[in-house]
Amino acid sequence: MAGRTIKVDYLARVEGEGGLKVVVRDGKVQSAELSIFEPPRFFEAFLRGRAFTEAPDITARICGICPVAYQMSAVHAMENALGISVTQPLRDLRRLLYCGEWIESHMLHVTMLHAPDFLGYAGAIDMARDHGEAVRRGLAVKKAGNEILALLGGREIHPINVRVGGFYRAPRKRELEPLAERLKWARDAAREIVRWTARFDFPDRERDYTFVALRHERDYPFNEGRIVSSRGLDIPAAEYDEHFEETHVERSTALHSHLRGGGSYLVGPLARYSLNFDRLSPLAQEAAREAGLASRCTNPYRSIIVRAIEVLYACDEALRIIGVYEEPELPSVAAVPGAGIGVGATEAPRGLLYHRYRLDADGTIAEARIVPPTSQNQPSIEEDLTSFVGGFLDRPEDELRRRCEQTVRNYDPCISCAAHFLRLDLDRG
Amino acid sequence: MAAEKPRPRLAVWKFASCDGCQLSLLDCEDELLAVADAVDIAYFQEATRGTISGRYDLSLVEGSITTAHDAERIQEVRRRSRKLVTIGACATAGGIQALRNFADVQEYASVVYARPDYIRTLATSTPIADHVPVDFALRGCPINKRQLVEVLAAFLVGRRPVTPPHGVCIECKLKGAVCVMVAHGTPCLGPVTHAGCGALCPSYDRGCYGCYGPKETPNALSLSAWLAALGMDERALQRVYRSFNADAEPFRKESERHGG
Ligand code: SF4
Repeated sequence: MAGRTIKVDYLARVEGEGGLKVVVRDGKVQSAELSIFEPPRFFEAFLRGRAFTEAPDITARICGICPVAYQMSAVHAMENALGISVTQPLRDLRRLLYCGEWIESHMLHVTMLHAPDFLGYAGAIDMARDHGEAVRRGLAVKKAGNEILALLGGREIHPINVRVGGFYRAPRKRELEPLAERLKWARDAAREIVRWTARFDFPDRERDYTFVALRHERDYPFNEGRIVSSRGLDIPAAEYDEHFEETHVERSTALHSHLRGGGSYLVGPLARYSLNFDRLSPLAQEAAREAGLASRCTNPYRSIIVRAIEVLYACDEALRIIGVYEEPELPSVAAVPGAGIGVGATEAPRGLLYHRYRLDADGTIAEARIVPPTSQNQPSIEEDLTSFVGGFLDRPEDELRRRCEQTVRNYDPCISCAAHFLRLDLDRG
Repeated sequence: MAAEKPRPRLAVWKFASCDGCQLSLLDCEDELLAVADAVDIAYFQEATRGTISGRYDLSLVEGSITTAHDAERIQEVRRRSRKLVTIGACATAGGIQALRNFADVQEYASVVYARPDYIRTLATSTPIADHVPVDFALRGCPINKRQLVEVLAAFLVGRRPVTPPHGVCIECKLKGAVCVMVAHGTPCLGPVTHAGCGALCPSYDRGCYGCYGPKETPNALSLSAWLAALGMDERALQRVYRSFNADAEPFRKESERHGG
């Protein structure tokens, strides 16, 4: 009685394919399930037997939207296994590459995928009819990020210049300089985008999340740092498995990550921001304050503002790096194969991305494990739906459906990433 | 004045893939809004809400076929499409996920998933052309966005896209890039790999790793002898052909000659 099931089979504007199911009984949300239809591609299985040097290029193909994140977690894990570390200019170049990916990925999400939810359009192409300037500006900032990837990485999607130990070729200082012009423009534009998103109408919903992100002694985190949480966790990446676990939820198609001992957690822009506000550049902090954000943000709908702030930060940081860049003597540090276990945790645009490898003596991968951000956020997404959607139940079906989709899109879920380890229950009735 | 002609309807479909190739369309920042003016982007899950309806003048298909459901879905896509173009190595050759074709997929499932019995997947990852007729195939992992724009432009005026079928070596020569194999002894798949990237890897002091798949009539046998002379052992030789286009025939055949 009074039961209804809201089903959204294919989620638009989510990279990859997923659907969600919310079951309502007697006016209450009984359960919310985000299901993934992505066919598994078995990366961890076929990585076995490959050379350690191949991991960055192979794992990049898990996700075309955040390939740099996969490359970075892979190279750090391999360097950890082999006991090498890169020189300062190479470290800077890695941060610069990551800036490019954050800008590109966040702008895709902010402008093309998420803003249409707030402004009431089916997608950015429709939105462009009334908000042409905003869409063009978003695309132009996105392009600035892609230019970093194209120059430093060789191309925007699946860059070819990243290797264990550094790069194949380090750019000349004068090659980087032309990037600065556009980045200065992009930084100003990002500031405008922060203001633009801050004016959207936000549902008044907050949750007391357990945030998890990297924290570095000096920098806003990309490649390095300890894994910390808003409830006092503070561990090196090597202890990840002691504190986090993946469990299989009956009837759900997905593997869910939890903190050991129970509890969902949240990774990604909200978590990074809330745990590292003091590491943002002064300009980014100022923009955040102007947008009315405190140093901690627990309203997931406002993640769109936080993404815009991170774009501003990434432009600022990229400019800083280009300014101080000194060409390294060698584009990479030699990596001699050897047996070992290595982990790498870096901040993908969508949050913490963990890789762990076991290598044989000749550097062949014996075992691989990859935990992408979307799987870690899956329990949080479902809890958000369960606790927020109740308040929208009196709205017309269509609006309710949109609210559900918007709530999922708060997480910018990258379903291609998550699916390679998802457990599929194809009995969908 | 003639009545305005309806714009051709474009659809973008996804099968097993990383989304990178369809993202190339959204990465055409300068052309995207112009494309959206010239064609009606009628179905594109990654960009817009919209339901499958009617027929499409052009379908871009990303990804390979790895499930029974997808094997049916591609038939439906073909029925609804006047022209069907595959984009990328997954759709054109089965992609990196076709490494299962050389292994036991049950064993793969048991390595990745605690409950492999929940996994419904085919034993193989196959290209779209194994299932339905394909009008044009765009190579690359990922595709080159300039070539994608060329495909769209050619389609709009009804001509065949111009995408040279020669090897990456020719692109190096055209670009005046130094041959990494001759100059530095760096192993390179350029001699057997399809053009399209603009000789990207050699321009970054790296050997080509074959992400555009085999060119027309590649001589992989002779290349392997070169690579072996540069110090690649049998296992490395097998791996080098078994990546993003592992099941494209010339690469598969050559990989089967090595291993040891
Ligand atoms: S061909 Fe490569 S880039 Fe394109 S979808 Fe497949 S894995 Fe991604």
